[in-house]
Amino acid sequence: MTGAATTDRTGFVPRVLAVPAVLGLALLILPLGALVLRVQWSTLWSDVTSPQALAALGLSLLTGAIATAVCVVLGVPLALLIARSGDRAAGVLRALVTVPLVLPPMVGGVAMLFLFGRTSWLGGALAEWGIRIPFTTTAVVLAQTFVALPFLVLALEGSLRATGTGYEQAAAGLGAGRWTILARVTLPLAAPGLVAGIVLCFARAIGEFGATALFAGNAPGVTQTMPLAIYTAFNGAGVSQGTAVALSLLLLVTAVGVLLLVRAWRVETPR
Amino acid sequence: MPRSALARTAVVLAALALGLTGCAGTAADQDPTSAVTPTQDAGPELTGELTVYAAASLKGAFDELATDFEQQHPSLDVQPITYDGSSTLATQIIEGAPADVFASADEKNMQKVVDAGLASAPELFASNTLVLVVPAGNPGGVTGLDDLADPDLTVVLCAAEVPCGAASTTLLSNAGVTASVDSYEQNVTAVLTKVAAGEADAGLVYVTDAATTDDVDTVEVDGTDAVVNHYPIAALSGSSNADAADVFVAFVLGDDGREVLASFGFGAP
Repeated sequence: MTGAATTDRTGFVPRVLAVPAVLGLALLILPLGALVLRVQWSTLWSDVTSPQALAALGLSLLTGAIATAVCVVLGVPLALLIARSGDRAAGVLRALVTVPLVLPPMVGGVAMLFLFGRTSWLGGALAEWGIRIPFTTTAVVLAQTFVALPFLVLALEGSLRATGTGYEQAAAGLGAGRWTILARVTLPLAAPGLVAGIVLCFARAIGEFGATALFAGNAPGVTQTMPLAIYTAFNGAGVSQGTAVALSLLLLVTAVGVLLLVRAWRVETPR
Repeated sequence: MPRSALARTAVVLAALALGLTGCAGTAADQDPTSAVTPTQDAGPELTGELTVYAAASLKGAFDELATDFEQQHPSLDVQPITYDGSSTLATQIIEGAPADVFASADEKNMQKVVDAGLASAPELFASNTLVLVVPAGNPGGVTGLDDLADPDLTVVLCAAEVPCGAASTTLLSNAGVTASVDSYEQNVTAVLTKVAAGEADAGLVYVTDAATTDDVDTVEVDGTDAVVNHYPIAALSGSSNADAADVFVAFVLGDDGREVLASFGFGAP
């Protein structure tokens, strides 16, 4: 990642491309600036420390962390499977994983309600056992996992495929077992993809709105994550839009905090 | 442009044909010729476009009103009506959405628009009351508001921030019931959909919403007539077609508007 640049870093990019580049950056940054300008600083502290806001933030971080852990447990083996499949099988698997990524999350929410809802075969069978998934925190985690898993799988799979199997073969030739190779060779080589995948996965999970709204509902402390709390506050008449802006700022600060944390961790990790 | 105008005319004609055949069954006393006869007080010919923002619960009624209004004023192009939660619409109007008329499901959100200096003297044109709905066949055995406190039942209500949720909160507190709520939905349609799909055992929606589907049964509860939502309408001062906006508001407030609204279950203002 380091390696001192001996040539001019600016290279030979046409200078005029700076104009669309700056416009693109402005498009990303200016709306967030406008959001900060609307913050009512006098009520900000009481807005973000209200029990409902703290419950929503806590729930978002908790469900986001669980969903990310589930994504790692399920997604790493899935990425390994795709990366080590033949071209044709890998293409099919990759397409299947990509579908939830290109679907609007709302559609995912409707689809999950139709699978786990008590009027479906699976939801009905679960209901017989006294297990109800819609409108529970479990539903929030499932919805977040549904939308976040593709990010982790695709990021890690690309990384695994790029590193190839050469080092694995060398390790096997030296007598290492499959688990040792996975832990000591394969995953360390794919670490950049894994870290990127985990960050994207967590960011996508705490930002998840559509699937959660339709599948998990909106109950404070149970299924009302930050995005739902923001939408509910924004829907309110009059004063509560200040709350929506305050909560948005809280989520923004949380997201930036997570990015900085991961960056610090990546810098410290020796390569 | 001519192509899209042609397409729009075709859509309006199709909607009119559907509307007329639909009305024949539901509103027998309605004279089918009244829809195509211009009213006497139509005044000067209206032209241009008219954009209406209306609360989600008004969908059926305002689609029909818009079709009738366009029949009375053939040179006027009534844009497809934008429906959403009243608070969302109010925010969009305040942020500069190009609307000519705003019909809200509550006075609070209309007041936001008035306070922003974008409307004056809104008038009430309809009212709506709540009703307890259960999936067809009532699988949860719900008999009244008291059952909403049962933690074993799946109960969905509108969030207190939106008009139907504010009304639900008032109704429940009047009845002294602390509901065990599984989800606070963002609008009344979401509540109705979850009950109609059988995912929830009970919910509170407006009478007019319950009438739109056969998938729900209604349960009589006391106290609903004490919690009435009043619907205000106003022409917006930022309108680019103020004449048409004023005439449309008068049309909704008039006998024709009253009749259509009543056929969809809305009460008198």
